[in-house]
Amino acid sequence: MLLEIEKLTTVFRTRRGVVRAVDNVTMSINKGEFVSIVGESGCGKSTLAHSVMRLIDPPGEISGGKITFDGVDLLSLSDEEMRKIRGSKIGMVFQNPMTSLDPLEKVGDQISETIMEHMDVTKKEAWQMAREMLEKVGLQPERVDSYPHQLSGGQRQRVMIAMAISLNPKLLIADEPTTALDVIVQEKIMDFLEDMKREGRAVMLITHDFALAAERSDRIAVMYAGWLVEMGDAETLTNDPLHPYTKGLIQSVPDVWMDKDIKPLPGFPPDLINPPEGCRFRPRCSNASEMCMKEPPEVEVDGRVVKCWLYG
Amino acid sequence: MAEVRNLATTIFSFLPEAEGRYMVISGIAIITIVALMAIFAPFIAPYDPIKSGKEVLQPPSPEHIMGTDNLGRDIFSRIIFGSRVVLSVVLSASLVSTVIGVPIGLISGYFGGKLDRVLSMLMDSMYAFPGLILAIAIAAVLGPSVFNAVVAISVVYIPTYFRMIRGQTLSIKSQLFVEAAKATGASDWRIMRKYIFPNLIPTLVVVFSLSVADAILTEAGLSFLGFIVSAPTPDWGFELASGRPYLPAGYWWMITFPGLMVMLLSLGFALVGEGLSEIYAMGRER
Repeated sequence: MLLEIEKLTTVFRTRRGVVRAVDNVTMSINKGEFVSIVGESGCGKSTLAHSVMRLIDPPGEISGGKITFDGVDLLSLSDEEMRKIRGSKIGMVFQNPMTSLDPLEKVGDQISETIMEHMDVTKKEAWQMAREMLEKVGLQPERVDSYPHQLSGGQRQRVMIAMAISLNPKLLIADEPTTALDVIVQEKIMDFLEDMKREGRAVMLITHDFALAAERSDRIAVMYAGWLVEMGDAETLTNDPLHPYTKGLIQSVPDVWMDKDIKPLPGFPPDLINPPEGCRFRPRCSNASEMCMKEPPEVEVDGRVVKCWLYG
Repeated sequence: MAEVRNLATTIFSFLPEAEGRYMVISGIAIITIVALMAIFAPFIAPYDPIKSGKEVLQPPSPEHIMGTDNLGRDIFSRIIFGSRVVLSVVLSASLVSTVIGVPIGLISGYFGGKLDRVLSMLMDSMYAFPGLILAIAIAAVLGPSVFNAVVAISVVYIPTYFRMIRGQTLSIKSQLFVEAAKATGASDWRIMRKYIFPNLIPTLVVVFSLSVADAILTEAGLSFLGFIVSAPTPDWGFELASGRPYLPAGYWWMITFPGLMVMLLSLGFALVGEGLSEIYAMGRER
């Protein structure tokens, strides 16, 4: 196991109350595995990714659980030790490439600084490495001299990826890396993430696009209102979803080729300050029963984990 | 004339064709003139500024273009030498305010939490005092001298820098590139130095010009009250005080010219600040 998350809880203490954005989540990622976390906006998937990087700012706080990465307990590290892991062992790519680069610095400066932060190399060597990284992500090496505003969105996202992988991290977390990009560029970026996987790196993709996750990943974790409701092999999970929420998600994906009916999920995710009693999906669930007034257990059904009374 | 125009266009070509462009150019022109006056004072001044003469209280004439004061000194020469005191006091005070206000504003905004609350409260309580009153209070405690005036004025303007820089830091800090930098393992120090500070510079330039404009008035006020220089050293605010008793008798030139100079210099810095902020605003809209 490269990454093991056990009973992780991340809360945000707001004026209105405590939001349990990630609630008791247990999951793991193997070496060289491509895992997608899917779910609606506000379900906690980004918070989960940020928790792994320990990039939760106040009023947010990781209040419980354990994150083990490559044998190291991340939550017990000092800030300084954690800083050294960020970028070098775990890389991260963000949602909006238009704003995730400093407008005042050359692309080469930003990549080489990341390298110099973690490796004992001269500025010249770091720039040379930056050139190689850009080439690796399919940009011309001369792009080191460009400023972010001279690049397109897709190019910037490649720069971000180059930066994230420049120190050869074992895990790459991509937080909706293609949401702001068109489908052609998305395709290329996703191909590139798959290449990362082939090189033996693990990829954790955060996305709300179920189709994209199904197409690219080995395993999928579905999150709802801070809970991990289902996790399993991508193919089985897509063909035979167990949790009513996963079913709803899949039915709501439009298909251009097949003339299928889209069944939108009724309702909205709950307000996490006052989540519904028992199962959090209960108000939107067509299978809800008396049972669901209590919190469902996490059960294992043919190698898959599902948090639902239907299988309890 | 056309050549001057061309030269000006070349020099100021770094300024975009925006609304505030001419404000900045005229502001820089005013500041440059005063600065040249201060630097080359002994060569420009037609008379010795502290040597008394027999021709007292003469109105402006070809020999004394701004007239003479009650001791027969040439007011024009005193104004030229006076620019040295104003400029050095105001600029060094503003530099001190910047050097203190900017880092603590940056740290306060970046780290937040208790430290930020304490610093903000402290700065806000200082900011609540009218600038001149606070400067007078500090100068009165420290005693009259050029150095003490620099201290008093710099203390007064620290909160201005602190507040602006803290606010800007808060907004830059929440930008994604800062989070992205954190995700690459950048230290807090590096993020502040390489990612936040450079993005603060436009704001800093504007705040600096505007607060220098204000500090010039504060300096004149302190000088008027005798907190900076003593006779016979020339300083604009001080001239106002020495000319004041003669105004009712009709000797208007003793205070008019120093007063105009204070206003003009302050206007110069204000023009630069306002003009630049308009240019930056244009840049953001685009």
